[in-house]
Amino acid sequence: MSDLRELYQQVIIEHSRSPRNFKDLEGANHSAEGYNPLCGDQVTVFVVVEDGTIRDISFKGSGCAISKASASLMTAAVKGMTVAEAEELFGRFREMVTSEHDAEIDEEGLGKLAVFSGVREFPVRVKCATLAWHTLHAALEKKGEPITTE
Amino acid sequence: MRGKVNLDVAAIRRDFPILAQEVKGNRLVYLDNAASAQRPRAVLEALNRYYERDHANVHRGIHELSSRATRAYEGARETVARFIGAGDVGEVVFVRGTTEAINLVASAWGSYAIGEGDEILLTLLEHHSNIVPWQLLARRVGAQLKFVDIDDEGRLRMEQLEGLLTERTRLVAVTHVSNGLGTINPVGEIVTAARRVGARVLVDGAQAAPHLPLDVKALDCDFYAFSGHKMCGPTGIGVLWARRELLEEMDPYQGGGEMIELVELDRSTYKAPPHKYEAGTPNIADAVGLAAAIDYLTDIGLDRIGAHEHELVAYALERAASIPGFRAFGPGRGRAGVLSFELGDLHPHDVAQVLNDRGIAVRAGHHCNQPLMRRLGVTATTRASFYLYNDRDDVDALCDGLRAVIEFFS
Repeated sequence: MSDLRELYQQVIIEHSRSPRNFKDLEGANHSAEGYNPLCGDQVTVFVVVEDGTIRDISFKGSGCAISKASASLMTAAVKGMTVAEAEELFGRFREMVTSEHDAEIDEEGLGKLAVFSGVREFPVRVKCATLAWHTLHAALEKKGEPITTE
Repeated sequence: MRGKVNLDVAAIRRDFPILAQEVKGNRLVYLDNAASAQRPRAVLEALNRYYERDHANVHRGIHELSSRATRAYEGARETVARFIGAGDVGEVVFVRGTTEAINLVASAWGSYAIGEGDEILLTLLEHHSNIVPWQLLARRVGAQLKFVDIDDEGRLRMEQLEGLLTERTRLVAVTHVSNGLGTINPVGEIVTAARRVGARVLVDGAQAAPHLPLDVKALDCDFYAFSGHKMCGPTGIGVLWARRELLEEMDPYQGGGEMIELVELDRSTYKAPPHKYEAGTPNIADAVGLAAAIDYLTDIGLDRIGAHEHELVAYALERAASIPGFRAFGPGRGRAGVLSFELGDLHPHDVAQVLNDRGIAVRAGHHCNQPLMRRLGVTATTRASFYLYNDRDDVDALCDGLRAVIEFFS
């Protein structure tokens, strides 16, 4: 059970049950839709960007506990960051969930997002954890097409 | 249906080496058979024997091994023909699987038989492999796709099917057994209705061939497709059965060696069916393996296998009824060994992940049934699918597992 508890840490279960910023966002000037063809999960991310800073962010959609919690924690983490800082955090997050199981975790750089470190033991779940991030990235780049994890 | 289980499941399980293993410290409980089944030793040995003793290319060698390989390959075709009730062994074409069989028909038959303004009638129960090839064809020739809806139990609305058939309907393509819900469709009735407007009928038998006695002549359809790997055979081998007159008139699907009579610089003549549709060196070994799988299943009896699965699903429905939040999709009766369900508001991925930790293999997702999932109002389901080597202990493990899932996320 230990790997499984590592994957589904209490924070993740809690965020999946009551996700933060789970709503439409009025005044959003960036948004994108993300899609995971493997399971049919879908997420839309809305962002208000002003002067290169993420003033507000929200998401909607359906997904597993990992993808919902990841979207929830992501919105909490990047609110107030500059676009460049958010992209950098995405890079660190992606590196963590795809790293070797004995690689050091950059807990300081990841903050609360370190609760997703257990995902790296479950390669099929990496897409669940990164779907919201890929979608945020697409929203910030203002790509019109829905993005998928494939 | 028989109420009594009369398969010796313990003996059957000993025939499947892969089942004798632990996953995460638990006995493996394999309930993902609708995606792919496992192989008995008889199939593994047939593959080995073929490669160790008999392999060479077919239909072209004078030497001993080539004639043995040819005998084995064509013998496998005869086994398949007997298994599905095809009167004519020349109507059995070996392909990679159901998907290739349907693509072959869409390409070799659809390209001349379906034109602008014609209609292809499908159903909401279709697997993506019986939707996408028709979308591609329809776009190419300007045809139209129509879909028959299901009722709340997951059965085809037959009165709607009748209403959707018009004089423009050229094809009805329908699954024999739904991979998402287990619904067994009334193929005979569908064929009768299609005949009234002169439409051809293609049956996707991927989920039927492993579980039901088959008789393509009695079904009276025009095309029947299935895969080896869902019926204890190897991956990469499957069958398209088609009426001889269609195989005669259709153009080849692929060109190459093995399928020709005479090749000139600007034209060629082709072999008679089925070889006309088997360009290149065929998948000889896996055809031999498929024949071994058919022999194995036939020895046990497809009617007994079907009854056994039916009994397991009934038992599972009964046991799971008291699990909080458990809701099964699909018909209550007259279904194959497929059990798709939801568990409260838990996502199927999370359910399957926790079950995996207990050594239980189920499928979570849309099962290549996105239109069906949309119709059911879900993005995904959890699916347990049974086969001849599953027993009540497996059902009990699943039900205990589902209670553990609820506990884990509470």
